[in-house]
Amino acid sequence: MRWQRKDLLALEPLTRDEINLILDTAVPMKDIIRRDIKKVPTLRGRTVINLFYEPSTRTRTSFELAGKYMGADTVNIAASGSSVVKGETLKDTAKTIQVMGADVVILRHGMAGAPKILAETVTSRVINAGDGTHEHPTQALLDLFTIRESKGSIAGLTVTIVGDILHSRVARSNIWGLTKLGAKVRLVAPPTLMPPGIEQLGAEVFYRPEEALAGSDVVMALRIQKERQQKGLFPSLREYAKIYGINQERLALAKDGCLLLHPGPINRGIELSNTVADSIQSRINEQVTNGVAVRMAILFLLMGGGKGETIN
Amino acid sequence: MKLLIRGGRIIDPAQAMDKVTDILVINGKVETVANNIEAREGMKEIDAEGLIVCPGLIDVHTHLREPGQEHKETVFTGAAAAAAGGYTAVCAMPNTDPVADNQTVVSFVKQRGINAQLSRVYPIAAITKGSQGQELTEVGDLVGAGAVALSDDGQPVMNAAVMRRALEYTKLFSLPIVSHAEDKTLSAGGVMHEGEVSTRLGLSGIPALAEEVAVMRDILLAEATGGQLHLAHISTVGAVNLVRQAKLRGANITAEAAPHHFSLTHQAVDGYHTDTKVNPPLRTEADVEAVIKGLSEGTLDVIATDHAPHSMEEKDVEFDLAPFGLVGLETALALVVSKLIRPGHLNWTQAVTLLSTNPARIFKLPGGTLTPGSEADITIINPDLERTVTKELFKSKGRNTPFDGWKLQGWAEYTIVSGKIIFQRNSKEG
Repeated sequence: MRWQRKDLLALEPLTRDEINLILDTAVPMKDIIRRDIKKVPTLRGRTVINLFYEPSTRTRTSFELAGKYMGADTVNIAASGSSVVKGETLKDTAKTIQVMGADVVILRHGMAGAPKILAETVTSRVINAGDGTHEHPTQALLDLFTIRESKGSIAGLTVTIVGDILHSRVARSNIWGLTKLGAKVRLVAPPTLMPPGIEQLGAEVFYRPEEALAGSDVVMALRIQKERQQKGLFPSLREYAKIYGINQERLALAKDGCLLLHPGPINRGIELSNTVADSIQSRINEQVTNGVAVRMAILFLLMGGGKGETIN
Repeated sequence: MKLLIRGGRIIDPAQAMDKVTDILVINGKVETVANNIEAREGMKEIDAEGLIVCPGLIDVHTHLREPGQEHKETVFTGAAAAAAGGYTAVCAMPNTDPVADNQTVVSFVKQRGINAQLSRVYPIAAITKGSQGQELTEVGDLVGAGAVALSDDGQPVMNAAVMRRALEYTKLFSLPIVSHAEDKTLSAGGVMHEGEVSTRLGLSGIPALAEEVAVMRDILLAEATGGQLHLAHISTVGAVNLVRQAKLRGANITAEAAPHHFSLTHQAVDGYHTDTKVNPPLRTEADVEAVIKGLSEGTLDVIATDHAPHSMEEKDVEFDLAPFGLVGLETALALVVSKLIRPGHLNWTQAVTLLSTNPARIFKLPGGTLTPGSEADITIINPDLERTVTKELFKSKGRNTPFDGWKLQGWAEYTIVSGKIIFQRNSKEG
């Protein structure tokens, strides 16, 4: 199949075949990253703009490297240093970027729906690099890629996501991606960090990690943001770590060979104990590498790859 | 000045009238309602055969934005929108800039309304200075300047003691206190109804509880004080139940619902359409059903538009950044006909009660009946006329409607204030 969409805004609307196309395309991309000279000319002459309204070193660097490895010219724009602080609207910023000739705009924004506005405003391709608490499709795709790489297939697996589901775009994208590929998704969080109606997205809700972890093939811990605690959503980081932190005892409840994922950066001793974070079950470093490969695949597909073009 | 309205179906719940007959208006007052009134020279005639003739519609919840935000609406454009929607009168909320918390602003709005010579404009003044929820306004002055009610609409009075004093003190003036019932500690940061859709879209939710906790508090305060409480824009199952239970206890309270709350659910927000961003937010199917039931059984007394115009620039942004509110004056009647009357939830008498009789009674306004001797504020409705909502044709400056492109049936043909036709539908517009 060929990629038909102009943009990649979310996993919710994607079909299983579209998701698989991205994952399949990422396989040869990962080979490129492993080479001594990590550069192909596929996107030479193309311009990719990273437009980041929220700070994010990991995602931005990952996209930047993905663009560079594919031979594109990449430019970073941080909103804090842009005309946004002078009051320019997202639409006007988008139009400016468009007339500068950007082929792809990668948008990280603190508000849900912002990439949709951008995509409707510009003819450039738009990739959502995280919008508010809505979706973070490329993060979920790299998670899917990492799981598939280790387990061979995603269908039939049980994936448990632990942490601040309420504010997690990673969790939402993963629910869509995992369920479309046939996995069961369990969510576990304090009731105050569990959004209402989340089970209608196709996931099972738990409040006690012990119940959720039993029989899991994959455990994904989410980052806890300290300001959530200040808002009174849970009593203390200490209590969170005690009840929800993934340690060896808790991880032992999952299936043998269970994978451990985390979108990073980790609060060590809170979401994950040191021992499990660095254990052989952890795929956290692999996720970072796979993130570049998946983003290369997306850039390739959005720029018309797969229509007879080769990546070498 | 004489006006003869011939052969219309006259619906006037105040005098239990629903019959096909004629109305004669002389010098701005209803002179006679009778069969076969003879036309005389100098009389203007309207052939109302097949049309509904009722007391003029009264909107008790309109935002006119003047003074201070004339780019959104002025008293004139708002009154024109009201006339085009079949409203002979609107009550203007005080959240202008400056806030209508003093007699100068109240008089200004009232005078602008008189100057417009369109639908009547009745100012509502603020409950507290600056609508800050702390210090009561000088109610005597405000009433003297023409205020017909008090409200901090847009903001709740969070301090229960202040709300108690307001309900107690205004007994002196028999003035309704219009409550924007919202517990800000529960709604903080929310931009749409909290539920499955907000979770899916990643937008912060406003729980139904934020409304219900505040409604309960205000009902208790009204029962304790004996003040006149009118609850604005009721939108949840729980709030409708609380109003129903309070009325069964004999509480002297009234409540309103807005057309968008019986026409749309939170599913409409899908796609991040900022024209669906409204406070209280669009709720669930069950809430919509509860609002409809509340209106049909009389638990909710009034249909009010909560007409809240905003400029395109303000709405054409990320959902989180857009202001709350949609325009309603020009679509309310057609939504009532299409969503409530035609499906059989309400009959015409009930609809007119909710749109005219009760608003006039609760806010003690002229109109609301066609009894001989009363003000000749009359709306003539074509119940079968089907039109497509076209926001470009709105008289309001606001284009922020989620109903653009909807085909609706039942529109005003004539709007008449003091016997003068202030709106007549242009047949070219359909």
